[in-house]
Amino acid sequence: MSIEPLWEVFVRSRRGLSHTHVGSLHAPDATMALRNARDVYTRRQEGVSIWVVRAADITASSPDEKDEFFDPAGDKVYRHPTFYQVPEGVQHL
Amino acid sequence: MLTGMDSFQATIDADGRIEPRDAMPEGYRKTLIRQIAQHAHSEIIGMQPEGNWISRAPSLRRKAILMAKVQDEAGHGLYLYAAAETLGVDRADLLDLLHSGKQKYSSIFNYPTLTWADIGAIGWLVDGAAIVNQVPLCRCSYGPYARAMVRVCKEESFHQRQGFEILHTLCNGTEGQKAMAQDALDRWWWPSLMMFGPPDSASTHSEQSMAWGIKRHSNDELRQRFVDMTVPQAGVLGIRVPDDGLSYDEESGHYRFTEPDYTELYDVVKGNGPCNEQRLAHRVKAHEDGAWVREAAAAYAAKKAVRAA
Repeated sequence: MSIEPLWEVFVRSRRGLSHTHVGSLHAPDATMALRNARDVYTRRQEGVSIWVVRAADITASSPDEKDEFFDPAGDKVYRHPTFYQVPEGVQHL
Repeated sequence: MLTGMDSFQATIDADGRIEPRDAMPEGYRKTLIRQIAQHAHSEIIGMQPEGNWISRAPSLRRKAILMAKVQDEAGHGLYLYAAAETLGVDRADLLDLLHSGKQKYSSIFNYPTLTWADIGAIGWLVDGAAIVNQVPLCRCSYGPYARAMVRVCKEESFHQRQGFEILHTLCNGTEGQKAMAQDALDRWWWPSLMMFGPPDSASTHSEQSMAWGIKRHSNDELRQRFVDMTVPQAGVLGIRVPDDGLSYDEESGHYRFTEPDYTELYDVVKGNGPCNEQRLAHRVKAHEDGAWVREAAAAYAAKKAVRAA
């Protein structure tokens, strides 16, 4: 077994964009995880900001329950603008 | 609603991507672990033949480039170990399997780098072949592997160009330098063709991997693509591909070429290549010599955690 815990790495590629998951790595603590993430995932200036999160601290939805879990949004087509009929000639709506 | 294996098959049939926590057949998981681990091992063992020339690179420019390339190989190894870990294995265990010889790495790295031209030949031919292999893997059915491959392929293209540039410079130099480039091509051509694995007729894992969308093209298709791509480049360099059977077939638009001697491939895979022992011994030594760093970092993290509590 690896003695260092696993960290998930998120990189913001430039200002104005959100952090995106890029991969993971092992490191003994958060400081080292950040430094390692810089060396492994931003060797070509791919980021202006990095987040590292202990993989064990992430709670994820289960793929097995994805239907029940996401079902409630399935029958609410009225949440989309295309659900509504706009009379001909009406503009800026 | 589709669950478990039905959902897996439906995703594969629709050319979708399988993600880490999805249900998957045990064979799919095992095949991927074997392949990704072997790929990761190849990246880090591949640092050795090139690392051999860092201290003797002919200029500071070449040295900086070669160091960046070797660093990239370490990075590629890490991307791939991380992808393998999403399948429920641990990186430390995979390294143990490499060190004990239970998992393999690409046999190409068991050949020695005898001259500076070999560094050019590795970039041009070995990374060229790796790119041909890896580009279709960007569409592999397993999400984390495909995403790692996208990163690797982006970085890999400078590797191939710097190799070609080294050879191009040598080929436009003195007679002796050009002869050195020719000698490198003579030695690396056949092992590079072997990088695509055994011929389709003898490939053991291919059919199932194709059905699962792990592999997109057969070994022979990829080998042909590599030859078609590389032979004209050798023409630009003005050096000769060491194959008397090489000819261009107007009708198909492909080069006909002589197959490599696959008994050599099997022999090197078995451990009998020129550098197998040296590569593995060096890897194990580097791992053992680095143990104190890992232990010290862990001890420091533990101490800080206690103080923070």
